[in-house]
Amino acid sequence: MRGFKVYFTVLAWLCCTAASAEQQTVNIYNWNDYFAEDTLQQFEKATGIKPVLDLYDSNETMEAKLLAGHSGYDLVFPTARPFAARHIQAGIYQPLDRSKLGGWKNLDTKLMQSLQDIDKDNRFLVPYMWGTTGIGLNIPKIKQILGTDAVVDSWSLIFDPAISGKLKKCGISLMDDSTEVFAAALTYLGKDPNSTAKSDLAAAQQLIVSIRPNIRYFNSSQYISDLANGDMCVAHAYSGDALQAGTRAKEANNGVEVSYLIPKEGAVHWGDVMAIPADAPHPAQATAFIDFMLQPENIAAASNYVFYANANSAATDLLDEELRSNPGIYPSEEVKQKLYVFKQRSDKEIRDVNRLWTRIKANR
Amino acid sequence: MIRQLRQGFSKIYRGWGRRLGIGLPYIWLIIFFLLPFLIVLKISLSEPVLSQPPYSALTTFSDSMLQIKLNLSNYLLVSEDELYLDALMNSLKVALVSTLLCLLLGYPMAYTIATVQQRWRHILLMMIILPFWTSFLIRVYAWIGILKPQGILNNLLLSLGIIDEPLTILHTQLAVYIGIVYSYLPFMVLPLYANLAKLNQNLLEAAADLGARPVTSFLRITLPLSLPGIIAGSMLVFIPAVGEFVIPDLLGGPDSLMVGKLMWTEFFSNKDWPLASALALTILIILVVPFIAMQRLHQRYEDRDS
Repeated sequence: MRGFKVYFTVLAWLCCTAASAEQQTVNIYNWNDYFAEDTLQQFEKATGIKPVLDLYDSNETMEAKLLAGHSGYDLVFPTARPFAARHIQAGIYQPLDRSKLGGWKNLDTKLMQSLQDIDKDNRFLVPYMWGTTGIGLNIPKIKQILGTDAVVDSWSLIFDPAISGKLKKCGISLMDDSTEVFAAALTYLGKDPNSTAKSDLAAAQQLIVSIRPNIRYFNSSQYISDLANGDMCVAHAYSGDALQAGTRAKEANNGVEVSYLIPKEGAVHWGDVMAIPADAPHPAQATAFIDFMLQPENIAAASNYVFYANANSAATDLLDEELRSNPGIYPSEEVKQKLYVFKQRSDKEIRDVNRLWTRIKANR
Repeated sequence: MIRQLRQGFSKIYRGWGRRLGIGLPYIWLIIFFLLPFLIVLKISLSEPVLSQPPYSALTTFSDSMLQIKLNLSNYLLVSEDELYLDALMNSLKVALVSTLLCLLLGYPMAYTIATVQQRWRHILLMMIILPFWTSFLIRVYAWIGILKPQGILNNLLLSLGIIDEPLTILHTQLAVYIGIVYSYLPFMVLPLYANLAKLNQNLLEAAADLGARPVTSFLRITLPLSLPGIIAGSMLVFIPAVGEFVIPDLLGGPDSLMVGKLMWTEFFSNKDWPLASALALTILIILVVPFIAMQRLHQRYEDRDS
């Protein structure tokens, strides 16, 4: 979480100052847990460029640094909608040097096509990975409380006061992200998740307030370790993060079982992209890193480790069977119909929702 | 000869030396306080826009017209919206309670350190200072490990049979108080110790000779004389505690609404730097007033002492 971020910033600074002036470096700003364990070592071995990694757990944090200018980062991993779309409008990215990106041909053409509306001719953004935002669960514990025939693939675990009231002791978390939470609440209510209509937002607010006492905390990354330790039963979670929690629990052999489900009412379908800030000090090295990640074996290794599907058609065959057959990562066509993407909003709409959100969180 | 030298030096000291001596703190204040303050003031009067940086310029120059546009709506929102007032009041409350707790815990500690034998004194002082050798952030993280449901405290209490199920302490207001009191206690103890160590023991002996009981001599001599230490320690705890962000964010629950956190939201989630700046200046003003009042009070005691 943010504390970690400060820690890693310090760490990154130490790395930067320690690195010799002659060695080429590339300053990468990425989400927490979004590379394979050895991605950076492999990159350094392959290119001789020293990668310096700094981490964030929310698009907002990254965005604030980029908008301030002179962030010093060479490569960032924003979520395409609405963030990267907005950043292109603000002019904070530089166009890609396609001639240096030999791996471009590996990208999924359908996905590239779908990005055209925010990034015409794919000039700025390279898709990285994609996933959904659903619920991470400790099913055995939930069934212990709700009974064995409880419905678990539903937002009602969080948004039905009667159900979440029972699960409260066991721990429920919501993301600290107004867009995600309002979309989930609107989905549960059967309304358009992208709605900005006053009446819809008010209904969502009322719903969230009604289950607010049952929420232990609002955080977008802490649930990973809490799910894995068995400190949390239901978490509003990114698909890969919840699945990583499951793997960590398995590795720790602590008897905790974590699953990820896409609720039957629907969920957000999102994609993260790579982009080079306009004021990046080492754009050539950043391009080299993008090309490294476009190689099927590298992106497949990352996917296998972080449990997110990637945008590389050539890498699909290299993925573990466990991933390819996991409906939480590659949802069925039927489930895909229920997924939706975030639409662009005006700054005022974003602020209104955010202030509503602050009020809800603070119980005011 | 030596006397002449000394006089010569003191002349120089009175001239350039003194100016430098007085000037340095001022230069420091101008660079690290006044300039940032003016930048924040400037941002607080602008409008948020989607650009780099994300706020509008105050001055525009076109057609040989210099236009200055000041946006006051941020201050209006801060004063009108009860959310900000709530956060501010809550921050002041948390800071006040924490300061009182620090005082209640810190006074006996400082008093003990000031009155024990010399060699114990050094060891005890060392123990107060030692935690500073570890990063503040890591110490706050350590509290997560102690307070969480499956944490050290709960496991200990469970194994001793004192409680049947884990206590929920982490992510509550209680955890925020624990974190703040723990983190700021040394700032209360050290100035209090410095003050109590100076206490003239003759006064206490005289009081005892005149028949005052220990409680009476403490209340009528030690306590009033240590007031400057109490004030200094309280300010060192209260002022940073009001703007505290890390502790409520890591240990507090969602309802521990504090102004530091609210500023973070405006700055990061809302990309509304102008409003965040207006909020920052509002806190500054609210803090500066009691600070000056305290300073006056302090001054009065100093004057009375001399």
